[in-house]
Amino acid sequence: MRNSGLLSGGAELTTVPKAGQPGDAADKIAAGLIRGSAFIAIASLVLIFVFIGKEALPVLTSPEVKEEAGLSQLFLPQQNRAGDTTEFNWQPISDTPKYSLLPLFVGTLKVTVIAVLIAIPLAVAAALYTSEFAPSWVREVIKPCIEILAGIPSVVVGFFCLMVIASWLQAAFGWTFRLNAVTAGIGLSLAVIPIVYTVCEDAFSSVPHAFREGSIAMGASAWQTASRVVLPAAMPGVLAACILGFGRAIGETMIVLMASGNAAVISWSPADSVRTFSATIAAELGELVQGSPHYHVLFFIGAFLFVLTFIINLAGRWWVGRLQKKLQGAS
Amino acid sequence: MHAMHTGKFSRADFTGGTLRGLTGFACVIIIAIVAVIVGNIVYHGIGNLSWEFLSEPPRKHFTEGGIFPAIFGTAALVILMTIAVIPLGVATAIYMHEYASKRSRVVHLVRLAIQNLAGVPAIVFGLFGVGFFIEFVGRGLDRGLYGGALVYGQPAILWAALTMALLTLPTVVVATEEALRAIPQGYREVAYSLGATKWQMIRKVVLPQAAGGILTGGILAVSRGSGEVAPVMFTGAAYALPDLPSRLNDQFMELGYHVYVMSTQAFDVEATKPALYSTVLVLLLLTFSLNFTAIMIRARIRRRLRNGR
Repeated sequence: MRNSGLLSGGAELTTVPKAGQPGDAADKIAAGLIRGSAFIAIASLVLIFVFIGKEALPVLTSPEVKEEAGLSQLFLPQQNRAGDTTEFNWQPISDTPKYSLLPLFVGTLKVTVIAVLIAIPLAVAAALYTSEFAPSWVREVIKPCIEILAGIPSVVVGFFCLMVIASWLQAAFGWTFRLNAVTAGIGLSLAVIPIVYTVCEDAFSSVPHAFREGSIAMGASAWQTASRVVLPAAMPGVLAACILGFGRAIGETMIVLMASGNAAVISWSPADSVRTFSATIAAELGELVQGSPHYHVLFFIGAFLFVLTFIINLAGRWWVGRLQKKLQGAS
Repeated sequence: MHAMHTGKFSRADFTGGTLRGLTGFACVIIIAIVAVIVGNIVYHGIGNLSWEFLSEPPRKHFTEGGIFPAIFGTAALVILMTIAVIPLGVATAIYMHEYASKRSRVVHLVRLAIQNLAGVPAIVFGLFGVGFFIEFVGRGLDRGLYGGALVYGQPAILWAALTMALLTLPTVVVATEEALRAIPQGYREVAYSLGATKWQMIRKVVLPQAAGGILTGGILAVSRGSGEVAPVMFTGAAYALPDLPSRLNDQFMELGYHVYVMSTQAFDVEATKPALYSTVLVLLLLTFSLNFTAIMIRARIRRRLRNGR
């Protein structure tokens, strides 16, 4: 980060100097406004937490909401009619609404795992190739391609899954459900690839050149250098990439909403339709009574997604920081 | 860089070469995926594209007519969003880079907040828009100013734009900060030595110099804002509207949401397909051209940063 002293010759100033003139009124007002704006970033994050939490809280506190959708209804098996076996069901719009989160959890897990299993190997391998082996013309092609992929709106990816990929997969495998966990997982992987690739590529290219030179000088081949020197050195960055990719996959909405089939069933078969947390919010929030138990349960899911992605992002940033520290110490 | 010990082709070389080839193959797959998606959409979407399609409202369950209301609504949305996000994002970046000391705890916190804001799922922003802007601010305004009549306490383009502004805030902050870093420190010192106050220095030196970065951030934010659906689907976007939005509390049609509606709620899937493909193509062309412009400007700034002009 070269950010200062570029023109100031030998006298490298590392801090911004104080203003030469005592500030007039305009100066003070501007400073106040700018300072205030900066705090809006912090404030909005707090507000998101507070206002989603506020609408989610009745699930834990309000007696009326708890009766229909308390924690036991959300997490424990329910006996819906006398004599029936206990089961987990997500049927919020029925005579006796059922709010078990388990089918949604299984659905989210299935789609996310499929997406990550496709995206991470592809993106890490492509990033390694770009940074270690690729001739410069390949780099000129792959980088804009990643930028394009990252720039495709997720509703377009969802559309493409729904219209094209689903048909191809069904023609190839003859699945009963045209929209299923695999279709959605493939679509989701397209959203995960750019972030994993970008973070990995940054990590690989931040490995000092001396590492590679040393390895080559000892007689190692290009692949040995890449796999046994560069990859281990950049490992915290690769891990951060995987974590951030996972976070992206959990929160992504439009792709899974359009390509997963949205059936809240518990099954481990990848060829069954699934319903995820994010798609549930998107599909159901529009057509319900504000303040109903259903409404609060959707905010409860939203709060869960917010906290989960928040932790995942912190963890990702932490690993990126580890990489920087590690390589600073090494070079 | 082949084997150092020439002569025999060793086993290690063979596996190494194969694995190296596999990483190259991963690149080929990614490039092919992008080519197939873009190619498929252009191939199917280009035929139906015409001036009429861009300038007329949809008719007969989206199978005829065009997408003008969605284009207009998207433009109105991103304009409102830009008005909110640019001053906020630029001021945040200026605070972090020009006002606070680099190692201060506050800067660290603001940066952390920006990074985490960038990782919040779009659908959570949608929930926040409903819970905060519509239910809290909107209902509050209605109670205070309109005696409880439903004016602002409902989905509206204003709330959608503000929700989108929060979502795109990190984009603007990051792009502006990068531009601020590219401004040589000496420029600031010269301004001070001429007797400028801090605000004069920022207004006359920093802001004009950072204009490119601010533009990049704005364009990227507009590109993001015109394609995102989850944050606006409950805060103001509508299936179909007879009129264009003319007031801040009107609902509006959005290109991305229109794609979602046409792909999932179409009356007749086959008959809607040509219009659907063309709408997707329009959305794609819009976001690509915006991104391309932003990347070009950013590349110029980076070159300047490298050359340390």
